Amino acid sequence: MEFKHTRQGYVDGLLELAEEYPELLVLDADVAKATKTVDFEAAYPKRFFNCGVQEQNMLSVAAGLALEGYIPFASTFGVFATCRAGDQLRNSIAYPKLNVKVGATHCGITTGGDGASHQANEDIAIVRSLPNMTILVPGDYEEAKQATIAAAKFVGPVYLRFGRDKYPLIPEIHGGFTIGKAKVLKQGNDISIITTGIMVDEGLKAANSLESEGVSVRLIHMPTVKPIDKEVVLNAAKETKGIVTAEEHSIIGGLGEAVAGIVAEEAPCMVHRIGMQDVFGESGQAGELMDKFGFRAKNIIEKARKIMRN
Amino acid sequence: MNSLAIQKKSVEYRKKILTYIKKANAGHTGGSLSCIDILNVLYNEVMNVSPDNFHHPDRDRYIQSKGHSVEALFVVLADQGFFPESDLETLCQYQSHYVGHPTRKVNGVEQNTGALGHGLSISAGVALAGKMDKKDYKVFTLLGDGELAEGSNWEAAMIAAQYKLDNLIAIVDRNTLQITDRTRHVCNTEPLAEKFKAFGWAVKEVDGHHLEELKETFLSTPYEKGKPNLVIANTTKGKGISFMEDVLKWHHGVPSDEEFEKCMEELEKLTKTLEIV
Repeated sequence: MEFKHTRQGYVDGLLELAEEYPELLVLDADVAKATKTVDFEAAYPKRFFNCGVQEQNMLSVAAGLALEGYIPFASTFGVFATCRAGDQLRNSIAYPKLNVKVGATHCGITTGGDGASHQANEDIAIVRSLPNMTILVPGDYEEAKQATIAAAKFVGPVYLRFGRDKYPLIPEIHGGFTIGKAKVLKQGNDISIITTGIMVDEGLKAANSLESEGVSVRLIHMPTVKPIDKEVVLNAAKETKGIVTAEEHSIIGGLGEAVAGIVAEEAPCMVHRIGMQDVFGESGQAGELMDKFGFRAKNIIEKARKIMRN
Repeated sequence: MNSLAIQKKSVEYRKKILTYIKKANAGHTGGSLSCIDILNVLYNEVMNVSPDNFHHPDRDRYIQSKGHSVEALFVVLADQGFFPESDLETLCQYQSHYVGHPTRKVNGVEQNTGALGHGLSISAGVALAGKMDKKDYKVFTLLGDGELAEGSNWEAAMIAAQYKLDNLIAIVDRNTLQITDRTRHVCNTEPLAEKFKAFGWAVKEVDGHHLEELKETFLSTPYEKGKPNLVIANTTKGKGISFMEDVLKWHHGVPSDEEFEKCMEELEKLTKTLEIV
């Protein structure tokens, strides 16, 4: 199995578009090596602006550039893009609905050893609550690249979410990336698993394991968390016994609550959420933290069984 | 515009600011009166912007960072013909686009503002675009002196100098009062000129109510090639109304019927004085 950085998919997507979109720019808050945008800087130095360690100003500068027809990709860690510069994201970008893209890396628990200060586990919740925002959470390198390309072609503010680690390539999710569309990877009818981002890997493992026991699984990968593919969620709610959601994010305000909200209103069924249980992360290797905080296939299976037993 | 005409504009604008604040029963009175002379000069004497060229890439840009003084901006935009002045009858009302802070839904407004500490950064972005596009337009932004406590301003100040944005003109409406107290008693911004100079800006200080001086200052940018421009406009909060001048409570305050009448009387007297001259 091949492993690659989703953040590398981000910059490779930008590089692929750079000639076709001369208005595409990259802004950086002095973390270009970490966000991988250093590759863009090397190729297009005049279209790359390191604002220094200042995320608030960077997002508003991006807003100003968008006003003038540029497509700025403001890149930094998810924690700083949303919490540090949340007011700028809200008032300079989302409220006037400007064509700014925020490329956020180091999101989720797999940020690892840097610890809780750098692990964005609440960024989706923050951005989801802002009107006008689109949120893309790709599942691997290839989808990260496709999501970046889709974001550049889309007119409006987009939050792109990437991790720090290298994640397995998942051929099942490659191709056909459309903003707002889920990818239904398995069409089973007993239980649904809905994943976003890198949790698709654990979702697949869980689905395969359940299938080997004779359980028919509906596996849905949701790379657009907002606007969510409501129809696919409702079909899952109506046609299976319940839904397990899995996201590398807090259970508060992310994919799980988005799914639960839709289901509660239109097709009530049990929804169990895999995610950070309202706690801060810790230091450790990505894998160790996924084990500790319950982000594994076995955790998904456990929840699925609970629903099936009900 | 001749000197008398432009002075009369300032008085007329003040009347309108107070009239629409009174109608809306809300508004940032003191700050609108302190910055109105700056806006008068910018829109009537300095900037190349009008309803006809508002979408033209070569127009000058104005972004009001101190968005709460929206009444001053709306009154001037109406006078420039961006929308009928009667629209302002709906200020702050249900379903009106003329809300208490500027939004792009109003013709003539470049960018939504109101959260303090955004305008300088946004303007730096616009100025950077102007440099990349090799355009001659200038970007004016108006900041409050109390607003300078927001740290993002200083981030923007550094980056504007870094990128040599000499097409950016930041104007500080230094009326020395903010919502709770004297600015120097809350979070002192002084010595303001020295601070910005140290940040790599070229700085000029003017009487923010002296129309000629403002015009000359705005027209003579860049003050130093490659440096962003700061104009410290020394103003009086509530300027033009005797009982509002430099009085804290008029940060936002709606005059009573009696007070409103007095405002109009004072401004009418001023108009007559100008006519005699």
